[in-house]
Amino acid sequence: MEAVFLMFILMLSIFVGFELINKVPATLHTPLMSGANAISGITVVGAVALAGTGRGDLANWLGAAAVALASINVVGGYMVTDRMLAMFKKRGG
Amino acid sequence: MASEQIGIQLAYVIASALFIFGLKYLGSPATARKGNQISAVGMLLAVLAALLDQGIVDYSYILAGFVVGGAVGAVAARKVQMTSMPEMVALFNGFGGLASLAVGIAAVLMAVASSTFALFTVALSILIGGVTFTGSIIAWGKLSEKLGNLKALANQKNVSLAVAGGVIVSALLFLAFPETGLWLFLLVLLSLAFGILLVIPIGGADMPVVISLLNSYSGLAACAAGFAIGNNILIVAGSLVGASGIILTQIMCKAMNRSLSNVLFSGFADPVEAAASIEGEVKPLSVEDAFYVLEAASSVAIIPGYGMAVAQAQHVVNELRELLEKNGAEVVFGIHPVAGRMPGHMNVLLAEADVPYDLLLEMDEINPRMDAVDVAIVIGANDVVNPAAREVESSPIYGMPVINVDNARTVFVLKRSMASGFAGIDNPLFFKDNTRMIFGDAKETITGLIREFD
Repeated sequence: MEAVFLMFILMLSIFVGFELINKVPATLHTPLMSGANAISGITVVGAVALAGTGRGDLANWLGAAAVALASINVVGGYMVTDRMLAMFKKRGG
Repeated sequence: MASEQIGIQLAYVIASALFIFGLKYLGSPATARKGNQISAVGMLLAVLAALLDQGIVDYSYILAGFVVGGAVGAVAARKVQMTSMPEMVALFNGFGGLASLAVGIAAVLMAVASSTFALFTVALSILIGGVTFTGSIIAWGKLSEKLGNLKALANQKNVSLAVAGGVIVSALLFLAFPETGLWLFLLVLLSLAFGILLVIPIGGADMPVVISLLNSYSGLAACAAGFAIGNNILIVAGSLVGASGIILTQIMCKAMNRSLSNVLFSGFADPVEAAASIEGEVKPLSVEDAFYVLEAASSVAIIPGYGMAVAQAQHVVNELRELLEKNGAEVVFGIHPVAGRMPGHMNVLLAEADVPYDLLLEMDEINPRMDAVDVAIVIGANDVVNPAAREVESSPIYGMPVINVDNARTVFVLKRSMASGFAGIDNPLFFKDNTRMIFGDAKETITGLIREFD
């Protein structure tokens, strides 16, 4: 039953995603991609539970590695996107 | 459900809403920065909620991961040059994939995933994560020219098919015998190999497609990892990223008039014989003469390509724009979707050089007004302005939508020398009656024009 519930979420999010991204103008496609990098760092949320067992075994280390890798995406992705978007100015603005 | 569990889930609901609002605000350059900040708040909320999980007994590993990853990310984000954004996004795609792969493996080892469905999604997160990781590393190497000119293996098709078959077989064996570590190990190894094989044959001009596709995969890998550990925020965020990458991939393919499978697999095919060479004479023009033409122009369109980024000419281009505007001319920029090495790359470079974004027109906006343009200046672009796409049926790029600069009264092509572009195709534009070639480094040529104005 849970699998069906999760697939329901998947289906709705994909539709929302398509609707939203189609409205992003071409001029913002690079920030869109780096912003997507940041969002795909969401894996960090799943990784913290695996990194927090304190067992010191392989799974624990893999979890910690995943936290580090995903944190690169989250921090780097949001920061570089902000840096780029700050450069977009309108004429006279 | 325990009360803090409900709290965590509610925080995830709010975080999802913030991600969606953030993307919605990305619909206009005026609100985009705010959108990114809203999305970042959503991420912070999701991470804080995740830290409340009762299964966490030791925060030291988590903290170490945050510190190391956060520091690397922050330094990279500050240091990266805008010309190198494609490499950085490629690398980040790879990290995202590797993180999801690690979560997938850890979920099996800790028996978080035990039902066949959960194991199936673990296999998916390993496959997609692994392909994303090695594929992105190859893409990064190609973009930063660290890997030189990698070409497809001699019998790449058979090797790829064998590895793909191996992936399927090892995944099935893993589902049947999840306790045997060997199949899991084999699946990881073959997935990593498959990512390399997938990207190696793809050429530099097709990089915008590859990088968009890998962007999508990094989201889908997070999505699969979300299924593996039963976490719905991973599924929501992952599929938003997946959808974004798929749309960009479609836009890039359409802009090159090619199908995705053609981009991915044509590297296996033998190279097409060059079409009949073009007869004609190129008409070179000196910077001084070019200045007189520009001084008299009342409407100028600038069409940049990757060559502008290579020559680091974007800042002088903006200076020239300001001088032309002071001189009474209207100046716009025409940006082809695949100009540069990733979607929207030219726009960021020009924004960095202080070109207002309302002057950056898309191909469909600039083409109808090209007839009224006095001078079109092509800077470091070749294939995206090649009229062979309309006129020469035997051309490999025939049918690709291009910016029709040849419809302008005069065309200036700034070019280092008479070599053909990235795709290695002759460009009849250079031989048209209204085309003038200005040879030399783009930055020096434009600096020369600016000096003439003073």
